[in-house]
Amino acid sequence: MMDKKKGKDHSLAQAAQPDAGRRKILKGAGAVTAASTLSVPMILVPPRANAATELNMIAWYGHGEPDMVEEFEAMHNVKIKAKYYAGGDNMLALIAQSPPGTYDLVLSDGEFVKLLKEAGYIETMDPNAYNMGDLFDEYARFEPHWMGDTLYSVIVRFGYLGVSFNTEIISHQEASDYNILWDSKLTGKVGHFDWHLPNLGCLSLRDGNDKPSPFDINSAQWSKLQETTLSLKPQVGGYFDYGGTFASLKNGEIYAMCGIGDWITGVVRKDGSPVDSVIPKQGGIQWTESYSIGKGSNKQDLAREFIRYITSPKGQVRSIQMAAYPGMSPYKSGWTAINEANPEEAKRQRMTFDGPNCIDDLREGRIHFRQTPVQQSLEDWNDFWSEYKNA
Amino acid sequence: MAPTENTHSVQDMRQRRQVTLYGLTWSMPIVVWQLIFFVFPLIFLFVISFWLVKNYRMVPGFDTINWIKMFSKGYFWDTYWRTLGYAGVATIVTSILAFPCAFALAFKVSPKVRRWALFFLIVPFFTSYLVRIYSWQIFLNDNGIFNTLFALVGLGPFQLLNNFFGTLVGYLTLCLPLVVVLQLISLANVDRTLIEAAHNLGCGRLRTVFQVIIPLAKIGIILGAVFTFILTFGDFVSPYYLGGSKPPTLSILIIDTTKSGQQWPRAAVVAIVMILTLLTIMFASVAAAYRKRT
Repeated sequence: MMDKKKGKDHSLAQAAQPDAGRRKILKGAGAVTAASTLSVPMILVPPRANAATELNMIAWYGHGEPDMVEEFEAMHNVKIKAKYYAGGDNMLALIAQSPPGTYDLVLSDGEFVKLLKEAGYIETMDPNAYNMGDLFDEYARFEPHWMGDTLYSVIVRFGYLGVSFNTEIISHQEASDYNILWDSKLTGKVGHFDWHLPNLGCLSLRDGNDKPSPFDINSAQWSKLQETTLSLKPQVGGYFDYGGTFASLKNGEIYAMCGIGDWITGVVRKDGSPVDSVIPKQGGIQWTESYSIGKGSNKQDLAREFIRYITSPKGQVRSIQMAAYPGMSPYKSGWTAINEANPEEAKRQRMTFDGPNCIDDLREGRIHFRQTPVQQSLEDWNDFWSEYKNA
Repeated sequence: MAPTENTHSVQDMRQRRQVTLYGLTWSMPIVVWQLIFFVFPLIFLFVISFWLVKNYRMVPGFDTINWIKMFSKGYFWDTYWRTLGYAGVATIVTSILAFPCAFALAFKVSPKVRRWALFFLIVPFFTSYLVRIYSWQIFLNDNGIFNTLFALVGLGPFQLLNNFFGTLVGYLTLCLPLVVVLQLISLANVDRTLIEAAHNLGCGRLRTVFQVIIPLAKIGIILGAVFTFILTFGDFVSPYYLGGSKPPTLSILIIDTTKSGQQWPRAAVVAIVMILTLLTIMFASVAAAYRKRT
């Protein structure tokens, strides 16, 4: 106290001296101003302990958007940074070009999990750490995610691909047969989502290649499939990317497409357009999306937490209604939760416990897992697709 | 040779060398720029065309398989000739449509109107090309604005989207304003006394246009055409979003090649063929533009 008082007296005495004193006072005032100016931003900066951790994800568009991750981010004070890809090949290339550990979470389609594992891009996973017991039997041990007894990916959502159509032009009954695509009223009005795998898969089903799989076909079946596909060419109105597919169905430019499903029409319908999707009598293709933990990630615990969250009832409600494109839940508790949260959506996506539901299609053997060609190379299918586009 | 003459010529040579160095210094940025952003990437593109793809990764090497594969595919050549044809048609249509507009702006309107017209020709470039192309879909689709108007007079509906017409509309959106500006600059610099002289010598209006004005504005007209060809030959947006990728062009083929299997080396083959084609067209056109009349 005395020192402080002395100091105060001393400065007052100095201030009383006219020459050197004024300069010193100005200097002191300057220092105080500078110090306070510099300290203002320090006040605005939150303490370092509260800074959010970043969790890097590589995924299809939509999975890192607020409607999917904001709750988890708030719960764990984490910021999810998403890198979006368009297609499994693109995903593999992006990971190949990045140093190990770049991505903590890898969302992939089921058929790419094996390739991710073979390339050494993902970690093994402990099945006991996830809600595996809650899965429907059909997904309890989903073959593409397991290599022997080791788990590499945990399923989040799935959907079916068949025929999507304009309900004002085509009836549900008509759309329930792939042959509708050759109908004269659809000349120039059949569209393609520009990816050979789902298109050729559906047309392979139309040819009757359902055993063992529309993607496991011999050379005679492959020749027939090429013939079938080329015969569709006069009907084709265009080949579209994600945005183009939405636009062409919405503005009525295209009446029918094969190889897509509710993941597109579910969103277009929300805008009031008369479109729907159906699984034709010859069968449909299934897509799945699942999370793996990136090899070399130093936030594996947090990544595991996120997977637990997104496969939990709360996370599944968000996943089922994802703004970018909807998807069905393979978790029983996910079905219960969506029936409570949004019964209409549960009914629309056929996730109801009473009456026929989407799992029944699997049980009846009508749905086939989308995969890369078994007896031909991916390059053969791709080359043919380019030929078809040029025909 | 007299000593003074000799001294003069040495001085001239020194001066010329100085001028060259001076010029070199000033032109260095563009040289460096072209080296870094054109020559080196081009060399790299050529090199990777010999690489291979294994497990979705490019593996350095020297294998001609990519060249053989692409050149042996019928669809590659179909796409090549189609793209060449599309760009050629777009060049002719754009140049023909642009000329009357540029002519009117150069000779028939007041400087004030010309300035406003220039402003409105530049304004479209303020917005994204992709957005402009998407907005065309609203006009061109089966239930779009044009077909609605046609329906009012009992016509249509016409297929305006997902065909070459749609692609051409996109190409014109991209190039027409630019070509009008290039032609306008050239036409505005035509010596008016030569036009008057032609008229005084009894040359009719149409003949003056074709035999006096067009030859004098040749450089701008050809440059406009070259720009149209270059821009449309490599354009991806219009053939994809207005043409429905049906049938595809070389730029779409590049996308297809990289999308499935990550075949960047094969895409490099397509890209090199495109660059060589454009260089040939460009050199031939520039030579034609600057060729003196014999």
